[in-house]
Order: sequence, then structure tokens, then C-alpha cells
Amino acid sequence: MKKLEIVKNGVLTQNPTFRLVLGTCPTLAITTTAMNGIAMGGAVIFVLLCSNMMVSLLRNVIPDKVRIPAYVLIIATFVTVVEMVMRKYMYSLYQSLGLFLPLIVVNCIILARADAFASVNKIFDSAIDGVSMGLGFTLSITTIGIIREFFGSGSFFGMEITPLVNSGITMTIFILPAGGFLVYGFMMALINYLVGRKDKKNSKSSEEKEIEIAEVNE
Amino acid sequence: MSYLFLIIGAIFVNNFVLSQFLGICPFIGVSKKTDTALGMGLAVTFVMGLASVFTYMINKYVLVPLGLDAFLQTIAFILIIAGLVQSVEIVIKKVSPALYSALGVYLPLITTNCAVLGVALLNITKSYNLLQSFLNGVFSGVGFTLAILLLAGIRERLRDSDIPEHFQGFPITLIAASIMSMAFGAFSGMFGI
Repeated sequence: MKKLEIVKNGVLTQNPTFRLVLGTCPTLAITTTAMNGIAMGGAVIFVLLCSNMMVSLLRNVIPDKVRIPAYVLIIATFVTVVEMVMRKYMYSLYQSLGLFLPLIVVNCIILARADAFASVNKIFDSAIDGVSMGLGFTLSITTIGIIREFFGSGSFFGMEITPLVNSGITMTIFILPAGGFLVYGFMMALINYLVGRKDKKNSKSSEEKEIEIAEVNE
Repeated sequence: MSYLFLIIGAIFVNNFVLSQFLGICPFIGVSKKTDTALGMGLAVTFVMGLASVFTYMINKYVLVPLGLDAFLQTIAFILIIAGLVQSVEIVIKKVSPALYSALGVYLPLITTNCAVLGVALLNITKSYNLLQSFLNGVFSGVGFTLAILLLAGIRERLRDSDIPEHFQGFPITLIAASIMSMAFGAFSGMFGI
């Protein structure tokens, strides 16, 4: 597979958040501010990169029957590294991500990429795949974070937008759990609309579409 | 009395899915039909109860005395959960084939359900004792079952509704979940939990 194609695949065509619908828990939970989105994304990129490379290196050593526990162990090791580094050097972010930092272990994106990509590809391709999938995830959750922070607390990356706050039109619902589900649902509908319009332009064969839908449903 | 509050808190006030965002993947993925949703919910409740007890014991009697709890907690817990799910599967298959055919397909999925690891870690952060951990595990599972069952009911009705093309599938499910979450938001702050 071409390198560029892997990047495009991770960031756009198979965007983990909007197209594959993986890793939904952190997507909804920590996106109350845009900064949280970037921090979470950064942690996921690091873990994805390391675990994909490690799995790819060990792909001929790990027996097929115990591959899932082996992958989980590799992922858990790198998550612990991230956790310890963040606790030492970025304590406020460590606190705001809270429980969801150790829960990267069970983020389905990472296990899915280890199983579907890294276990059958060379180390360099796996590294590119890890970074681009992580980048796709980071972009999506940061966007959701920007929207929720803007409408919910009237700020942009922590900078208060004074006229918005003073006029009192900020809507607390956006930073409550309900707002997370709502923004995610509407964003996904928007993306479906954009993808649908592009498909019509390219007059894509219905067969390809069906494959895509099947992938999304998985 | 505090145990009663813990139970109500775990089911309604701090509902795992709708207010803490744990276990969203199965919540969205396995909620197309009410009977599969119920199966998933029961399997999760069972594993969460067991996992709470086992992780509590391992943490208290192995990790803390050896001073390993700061950096081996996540790794140890996920291994316990994976092992537990595997053994539960084997035991149920042998002891009760009927139960296995009902829950069997959901069991492997539970290892990567963040609700299970989440409850294990939350029990430690909130420094619950053994009984509290067990109750928190089981009744958080009940809360999960309630949420997934309600969503499955809504989705069964949605199937026959006229939904705009781009909202079909996941988007409308998420919006339905949002309205459910608003309803559960009414419980927040109740009993000072």
C-alpha cells in the first residue's frame, strides 16, 4: 500500500471517530474543552504509534490464539508510560482527563489497528498507520471540543470570548453529557451529508458504498 | 442507609453510560434489539460484579503491600479482567449451556468494555471497601442494563420512523441517547450524591 494512501485512509476515509465509530467513550467524555481533546489525542497518537510498531515487530512471534491478551498487554504498558509522564509533567491535564487516561487501554481504536493492520504489515507502514489514525482521532475530538467549549462556556482554547459570556447566551447543555451526544450525532450527520454529496459527484458504484457501510457497521 | 444511596447513585444519579460515558461502544453497537441488549446488559453486570471483587482483592493484598499500585494497577487490572472473562466463558459453557447460548457471544466483547475497567479503577479512587466495591460493580451494571435496554426500545421504534437520509443509523441513535441523558440529568444532585 502507498504511504500517502495510509495517511489519507487514517485521517479521512476511515476516520476512527466519524466513519468507523470507534473509541466513542473518550470522544464524548473529555471533549468539554478543546485543550482536553488535543491532550487526549496526543496520548492516543503516542500509544498507537508505539503499540503498532511493537505489534508489527512481534507479529511473527505472537501465537494466533493468545494474540488479543498479548496486544492488550503491550498497549497497557505504553498507556502506563503516558500516565506516569503526564502525572509528572502535565498534572492539570492529567487531572482533567482523569479516569479516561488509564482507559486508553480499552480504547477500541488501538486494539482494532493492532489486530487489523499492524499484525499483517511491516513496521514502517504500521507506524504511519498509527500516527495517521491517531491524527484523525485528534482532529475529530478537537473539533467536537471546540464546538462544545464555544457554545457551552463561551471560550476558545481556554480564552474567554467576552461578548459571548456577557450577553449570557452560553448554553450549559453543551458541556453536560447530553450535549456531548447531541454534538457528536449532528457532526456525524453532517459528515454523512458531505460524504454522500461527494459520492454522488464521483458517481461511485453502489458496490463500493455497500462495502463502506459494512465497514462502518463493524 | 449509605448502601442504599450507593445503589441509587450507581443506577440513576451516576449512570455509567448516560452521565459518565463509560461503555458507550456496546451501548451504541449492541442496542438494535431489546433481547440482545438485555443479554449484553446481564453479561456486563455479571462480569462487573466479579471484576470489582477480584481487582479489589488483588489491589489490597498484592499490589499495595508490594508498593506496585502506582504503576502496575492498569496492567494488572486489565489482565485480571481478560482472564476473568475467559474463565467465566469456559465455566458457563460447561455448567449451563443454555446460559452460554444466551450470553456467550457477548462475553469476549466485554474485555474491551471500558465500563468494567472503569468500575475497577473507580472503586480504588473512591476507596470503597469490599462490600461497597461489589455493590458499586453490580449496580453500575444494572444502570448500564437499564440504559441499553431503554435505548434498544427506542431504536426498535425508530426503525419504522421516517428519518432524514443522513441521520439514519448512528446519528439518530446518538441524538436519542442525548435526550435520554437529559432525562437522567434530572437525577443529578439527588440525595447529595
